[in-house]
Amino acid sequence: MSQTALSEHVVTQMADTKGPPIIVMDRVNKWYGSLHVLRDVSLSVAEKERVVVCGPSGSGKSTMIRCINRLEVHQEGQIVVDGTELTDDLRSLDTIRREVGMVFQSFNLFPHLTILENCTLAPIWVRKMPKAEAEEVAMNFLTRVKIPEQAKKYPGQLSGGQQQRVAIARALCMRPKIMLFDEPTSALDPEMIKEVLDVMIELAESGMTMVCVTHEMGFARRVADRVVFMDRGEIVESGTPQRMFEDPQTDRLKLFLSQILRGH
Amino acid sequence: MSQTVASADPIAIAATREKPPSNVAGPWAWARANLFGSWWSTAVTLVLGYLILRFASSFVSWALVHAVWTVPYDAEGRPDNAACQNAKGIGACWAVITDKYRLILFGRYPYDEQWRPAVCVVLFIGLYVVSAMRRFWRKELALIWVGTLVVIGVLMWGGVLGLPLVTEDFWGGLPLTLILATFGLAFAFPLAILVALGRRSTTLPAVKMLCVVYVELIRGVPLVALLFMASVMFPLFLPEGVNIDKLLRAQIAIILFAGAYLAEVVRAGLQALPKGQGEAADALGLSYWQKTSSIILPQALRLVIPPLVNTFIGFFKDTSLVLIIGLFDLLYMGKIALSDPPWQSFSTEVYLMLAVIYIAFCFAMSKYSRGLERELGRTHRR
Repeated sequence: MSQTALSEHVVTQMADTKGPPIIVMDRVNKWYGSLHVLRDVSLSVAEKERVVVCGPSGSGKSTMIRCINRLEVHQEGQIVVDGTELTDDLRSLDTIRREVGMVFQSFNLFPHLTILENCTLAPIWVRKMPKAEAEEVAMNFLTRVKIPEQAKKYPGQLSGGQQQRVAIARALCMRPKIMLFDEPTSALDPEMIKEVLDVMIELAESGMTMVCVTHEMGFARRVADRVVFMDRGEIVESGTPQRMFEDPQTDRLKLFLSQILRGH
Repeated sequence: MSQTVASADPIAIAATREKPPSNVAGPWAWARANLFGSWWSTAVTLVLGYLILRFASSFVSWALVHAVWTVPYDAEGRPDNAACQNAKGIGACWAVITDKYRLILFGRYPYDEQWRPAVCVVLFIGLYVVSAMRRFWRKELALIWVGTLVVIGVLMWGGVLGLPLVTEDFWGGLPLTLILATFGLAFAFPLAILVALGRRSTTLPAVKMLCVVYVELIRGVPLVALLFMASVMFPLFLPEGVNIDKLLRAQIAIILFAGAYLAEVVRAGLQALPKGQGEAADALGLSYWQKTSSIILPQALRLVIPPLVNTFIGFFKDTSLVLIIGLFDLLYMGKIALSDPPWQSFSTEVYLMLAVIYIAFCFAMSKYSRGLERELGRTHRR
């Protein structure tokens, strides 16, 4: 109980001390063939800010956050992450991907490597960390996501919730400045959603900059500084969770919220 | 232990139940389920059993009981095949093998130096065995390969360390087959991986084009034609005085041919891999080669072990096609052994021996691949 009170206190403090923008998207456009999937998307995320992106399926929210670490390439507009503009230049791409961690809907753990190897691979290869140190860091984060005892197992031996927690730990092992979550709980069985959300809440409260595509409105209310609502490739509305959920301005958001609430 | 005591203890009950009753397991139950399940399957079992027994007994009688193992030699060292002629149709004439096995196995390699190719065969087999063991799968294995192949080269050619020089023209038999197959696949496999990766490249259209053209061109031509081109046409394009050895040309043709086929197998594996694997590696900041070597290839190659081994086995046997350009591989040496007048009519025995050698290598490959699939499947479950 006191734990919750404390963390809420921390949350409000954090909200007051937001730093300069670390992600800036300026009128970003993207097409798949003739399909216009991102329309003039402009979004600025401050350091330590936690943004939840929601919207109906096909609204472009996954595409948008995948543009932030250039898993998707935008065709128009400008994206600047941590002071580096995203271009075809491979060196700038490497710099950015080192600073941006990502968690996928389908976990995407490497099935041929153990949990520990999954976590140490990138620090050793990309950050050139000595193996012993990388393993220590990995065990640290595995402990933080509450599964250090699974370190020697293979991903296939873990439950979905455990795998997703490993995926979060794996991304954290690179010590990223920004974490992207692409529907991290959508592929999970209901009873496993909470364990993943708990880890994400803990991470949010530690002051990580987070952009999170999710339909978990409880999570959004609890940790988000800002909720962004997307529909048909554009940002329709954004604001604090309270304002967005209790006083939606646009019909599209009202419709979306009614569908979400009916679904729950 | 009495029944009542046992039933009082649940663990003891479990122990007694561990072994199923003999009517659901054991060889007798297996036979009843699979061989005598119905009157129809009983009839098939009996008929086939009779045929198999008859064939086996006549084969044993031919191959062992009435076989002629050796024949006397006359004063000039010519074999006297009278015993074999008499036994023809009744017993096998293994004397042809005892007389010719060194010619078949080592070709025209100088008789007194044939210990060298023999050692090479042993080295090759040792190399295969070491490479097959997973605990040797580290970087040092590449050094072992290079070292062994150098030793094999020195042994075959000689000319150093007091070994008389033996040029490639005198190589033949099993060592030649193993050289063509081993060097062929050892070079074709890395080539295939590069071509498969190139064919899937999205950022290098020229490389992709080159890989597509290579695969389609080579695949569209029979190996026999490629070997002919290598042996007859290729020298015409070379400048005066430059002469690339026939064995090397055949070897290159085999590498190019196997490379194209293996590339398509590897590409199938790359395509079967979920897209998320590459994306996760990208998102972690791994470079293209880091991603490919540590995430993509280990998984993609595991997926295609069965077709890979299938292609390996196919190419091991296809090396026998080099006989059409006059290289004396194992199969061709069998034919040459049979051209000796006393043995002309005993081809069955010689071809049986060759078949046993080919089967031994191919069966070892397929058995190993099944074991490997099982082993990797156990640790890499998804």
